[in-house]
Amino acid sequence: MLSFLYLIFEETYKIFFLLIPLLVSVAMIVWLDRRVWAFVQKRRGPNVVGPFGLLQSLADALKYIFKEIIIPASSNKIIFILAPIITMTLGLAAWAVIPFGDNLVLSNINVGILYLFAISSLGVYGIIMGGWASNSKYPFLGAIRSAAQMVSYEVSIGIIIINVLLCVGSLNLSDIVMAQQNIWFVFPLFPMFVIFFISALAETNRPPFDLPEAESELVAGYQTEYSGMMYAMFWLGEYANILLMCAMGSILFLGGWLAPVDFYPFNLVASPVWLILKILILFILFALIKAIVPRYRYDQLMKLGWKIFLPFSLTWVVLTASYLYYFELLPVN
Amino acid sequence: MKISRILKTIFLIDFLGALVLAIKQIFKSKKTINYPFEKGKISPRFRGEHALRRYPNGEERCIACKLCEAVCPAQAITIESTERDDGSRKTTRYDIDMLKCIYCGLCEESCPVDAIVQGPNFEFATETREELYYNKEKLLDNGDRWESILAANIKADNPFR
Repeated sequence: MLSFLYLIFEETYKIFFLLIPLLVSVAMIVWLDRRVWAFVQKRRGPNVVGPFGLLQSLADALKYIFKEIIIPASSNKIIFILAPIITMTLGLAAWAVIPFGDNLVLSNINVGILYLFAISSLGVYGIIMGGWASNSKYPFLGAIRSAAQMVSYEVSIGIIIINVLLCVGSLNLSDIVMAQQNIWFVFPLFPMFVIFFISALAETNRPPFDLPEAESELVAGYQTEYSGMMYAMFWLGEYANILLMCAMGSILFLGGWLAPVDFYPFNLVASPVWLILKILILFILFALIKAIVPRYRYDQLMKLGWKIFLPFSLTWVVLTASYLYYFELLPVN
Repeated sequence: MKISRILKTIFLIDFLGALVLAIKQIFKSKKTINYPFEKGKISPRFRGEHALRRYPNGEERCIACKLCEAVCPAQAITIESTERDDGSRKTTRYDIDMLKCIYCGLCEESCPVDAIVQGPNFEFATETREELYYNKEKLLDNGDRWESILAANIKADNPFR
């Protein structure tokens, strides 16, 4: 009994150690996003609260906590309340399997990549539920759009992951990182990395694929009827998901926690630093893209997903598999 | 589609160009001002918060002609007047409902003695509605506070009237 309690305590301790830095970094990343966006447009961005405006997100969060939560009279109340909770929980839960270093992972499960893929697929439920339960036009349209969009791009992400898995021979995220010791997968699989990145943009509803929350057409999409803390939870889940996609990109293609070169000054740096650095670089790219691209039309979005990315990544799977088979490089466990 | 166009699309040439452009813009100087700490220049004709002015000897300028009340398109101004002991007509009440006011400047235009003016202040947001129902006392107080700038603005704008 005592050992069981101890186990629970230890796990909770670990979870908090992951969760609190994660939540803080989500707040910081929102600041970074706004700041980069502003800088590209030659604006200043949030710079008043705290040094360089770093505490802006915390101030916003504080404001959201004290705001009234308005639940529309005609909404389905249970699902309406559940939707942001699901979005946030899923956004945070996925981080359990992300390895920050050798053995520095909350749960080192053997099907880590499948778990990650499953959780990020479930993310669409929060949006659909929120849009449907609001019982109003804009959220509903936004939810329908996001459902179609996320399902479409999930397919190509899945096939891209197959590409990587063919080279690794394991579904364990730590194994995937360790397989990149000689060469990061971004070099042999560069086109896949590009497609993965663009699909990640679509998956997280970032511009140019921000149709579900297109502010010029749908007010705020599925978030329209939300206010106060519930809105903040959507927002938190969304940015946690964006960070997750960046982490996924760094683990699958950029060698995760591995240093770029394995010699003197570089291999002294702690491994989580490298992962965080790679996540940050990918995120800054996310933020830059938000500033430079116009929004896709809906049919263009579908065409890109189904007619270009899907066949292209499928072809690449065949090419990778043939190459590995012909040169007898297939990883055998 | 032309071959060059297809190649451009496949290799994301335009997109990469935009990315480089964006990164260049990051390091350029900012075009916006750091608002609460630095403020933009305001024209002498700027129509901000209202003020009632006085003559240098401390006498109120307003003669209660009620032209401003009559001209006000939003009917935000309410004036009541009485005859004073020295025979001059002065206001007993001069209210402006700043929530009704549309800041058109017609009150200032119509005033024959430059009594009611709109000053350069635009930062008078309040937390309650009641604080924005300005009375004579508040308006005269505004006039006293902004007098130097108000006088300078009227002087600067005079050649164009």
